[in-house]
Amino acid sequence: MTVTTPETGDLLYSDVEEDLRASVRALVEKQAPWDAVLRRTDTDDSVDTELWARLTREIGVAGLAVPEERGGAGASWREAAVVAEELGRAVAPVPFLGTVVATAVLLGTGEDELLAAVAAGERTAVLAVGATRGAGRPLPVTVERQGAGDLLAGAVTAVVDAVTADVLLVPVEGGIAVVEADGDGVTRTTVESFDMTRRLTDIAFDGAPARVVTGGDTGKALRVGAAILASEQLGLAERCLADTVAYLRERHQFGRQLASYQALKHRLADLWVAITQARATARYAARCAADDTADLPVAAAVAAAHGADVALLAAEEALQLHGGIGFTWEHPAHLFLKRARADALLLGSADHHRSVLADLVDLPA
Amino acid sequence: MTSTDAPPDAATLADRVEQFLAEHDPETSEPAEFLRARFAAGLAWVHYPAGLGGLGAANGLQTAVDAAFAEAGAPENRPRLNVIGLGMAAPTILRFGTDAQHQRWLPSLWTGEDIWCQLFSEPGAGSDLAGLATSAVRDGDDWVVNGQKVWTSMAHHARWGILVARTDPQAPKHRGLSYFVVDMHAPGVEVRGLRQITGEAEFNEVFLTDVRIPDDQRLGEVGQGWAVAQYTLMNERVAIGGGTVPRESGAVGPLATRWREHPEAHTPGLHDRMLRLWVQTEAARLTAERLGQQQAAGQPGPEGSGVKITYARLNQECSSLELELRGEDGLRYPDYSERRPEVEDYASRDAQWRYLRFRANSIEGGTSEILRNVVAERVLGLPAEARADKDVPWKDLPR
Repeated sequence: MTVTTPETGDLLYSDVEEDLRASVRALVEKQAPWDAVLRRTDTDDSVDTELWARLTREIGVAGLAVPEERGGAGASWREAAVVAEELGRAVAPVPFLGTVVATAVLLGTGEDELLAAVAAGERTAVLAVGATRGAGRPLPVTVERQGAGDLLAGAVTAVVDAVTADVLLVPVEGGIAVVEADGDGVTRTTVESFDMTRRLTDIAFDGAPARVVTGGDTGKALRVGAAILASEQLGLAERCLADTVAYLRERHQFGRQLASYQALKHRLADLWVAITQARATARYAARCAADDTADLPVAAAVAAAHGADVALLAAEEALQLHGGIGFTWEHPAHLFLKRARADALLLGSADHHRSVLADLVDLPA
Repeated sequence: MTSTDAPPDAATLADRVEQFLAEHDPETSEPAEFLRARFAAGLAWVHYPAGLGGLGAANGLQTAVDAAFAEAGAPENRPRLNVIGLGMAAPTILRFGTDAQHQRWLPSLWTGEDIWCQLFSEPGAGSDLAGLATSAVRDGDDWVVNGQKVWTSMAHHARWGILVARTDPQAPKHRGLSYFVVDMHAPGVEVRGLRQITGEAEFNEVFLTDVRIPDDQRLGEVGQGWAVAQYTLMNERVAIGGGTVPRESGAVGPLATRWREHPEAHTPGLHDRMLRLWVQTEAARLTAERLGQQQAAGQPGPEGSGVKITYARLNQECSSLELELRGEDGLRYPDYSERRPEVEDYASRDAQWRYLRFRANSIEGGTSEILRNVVAERVLGLPAEARADKDVPWKDLPR
């Protein structure tokens, strides 16, 4: 096969993107500092609905990739990726990732009323598939259509961002079933989740009324989701590095700053190098998603595989280099560790993405 | 061109190249004459000043000029053989040389008539270059130089060498150095091939015994040698940096080709390694691309320090896996006999040779350990390593 090199596009951040970043960061730092995020994990209100309302209504984060004529901001997935960086940096408990995937599905359908409501933050929707399902492999259909085809029966487990969702988009034979999450015949059970800041939901359908629509491309939506998740992983990794650098500068042992030990300096240097690469791969994937280029499948697989490894490395290094304090509940290191560990399975593990890539770039098993 | 002209833009340069080619047919011109004329016309390195092979143009415009000459089949100035001259010696001469030194060295350097080498590293001074021991003692209008240099590429082809030597052993080590241009044909210069683990002698040892260097071959002030050398090395690092790189270029290319052509060698474990290296190489490629975009936008980032660490590791791991894929053939070696290699594309060499050669990638041009210090200290702002050699006369340092 001949390997071609696609045009890379702009991998930098525009001024508009930097302004957007500043707005999101200011709001999140005020509304959801890490100690507030930690306290929330001990409550039943696992989603910060107030923060989500402000993010969607004041900044419009849910409508960035939706064209203006369909009720959105007419920006693109590039800007959404910058939002994901900031939300990852804060492990913010808001349903952004689920909204990204659902929006990517809805963009392919004629559901413009729902799309506009989601873009405006008036309603939230999620694609009801298991959290670890990734692009490039067929989705199992676990929910069947009954009666005249407008009643659902079956179950989906471990769905991301469904805790507060208003609408479920359920892959069924012949299309996507649009279901009211609080409607008859739908039972949602919140799972005690490894990542306390992004709880999963098991969903059972027993004669739930649905409207089946066509045109939604779940494979593409999962691919866009993986591209955006890579930016979340980037933001998380950068936060872990920054916090660890600050801590090692401040803490002294044996009469020296911890940051002066070469064994530790080199680990942080390696982490920094890995993060510069995660930024490049995440930016490229966001750009391919934004412009819907032919290389999106490769770009998303590379960004997801690399981003997962880098975020996990960053969170694990952060915990180790913080020493004992990092192992305590009262320190934020575990929030990042749990998010990074969970993210590395979300929308397909790194191994899933490498195996998809094997087909895409002709490196067969 | 007079100094009052505005610097030429891309279109003007294209016109000048066209005009030059009309007057100098690459087919019929004698190559050296052609190159000298190109230098005189300011189309050698267009960002250099007028009269020194350039036209004072902006830095990014050279690529198009080179492409136009290559397209026309113009003779080359031996860029691979003279990589040290063009990449490191020339910018240093331009920055620190006198007018007379510019005129003396730059024309024949650019045309490739004179090859250059770099006499920096010593057996006792690698990462700690400023600790070097080669001495230069003033004697009338000359300096008398004694010492040993090592890892000198191209010394056996070179007419000139850039040399850092110690002119004041009483001063702390960074302050007692001076920078010279040495005639590699001068009496007392002995070049010996240095055989490396591949069997070949790609580099040299250079022994300097009572070599006389006229003082007018000094670059910069006496005692300023470290600053001049830093400038040279900075240009070395610029050469390794950002830019557009094709997908699957570098060590992953022959590895991927081998993988596709030899399905009988596939196992699940090797497949996982193959895919991880492909992803990491693509990540490194995009990082270099992004660095290039930052540089073009006038926001030079520190990512370049990391690029070299990464490419060294990827070269090593890719060639190691490729050797493994060869099975029994991976146990054969093309030729361990001592010989001088031609400068050529690494991709054309066997995986076994590349596996050995790439071990040097994490040592040459700054070890990966030193580069991690650079990242930690200059990028992350972590404290510098404890130093035992500051403000101590060089002669009193343990060696």
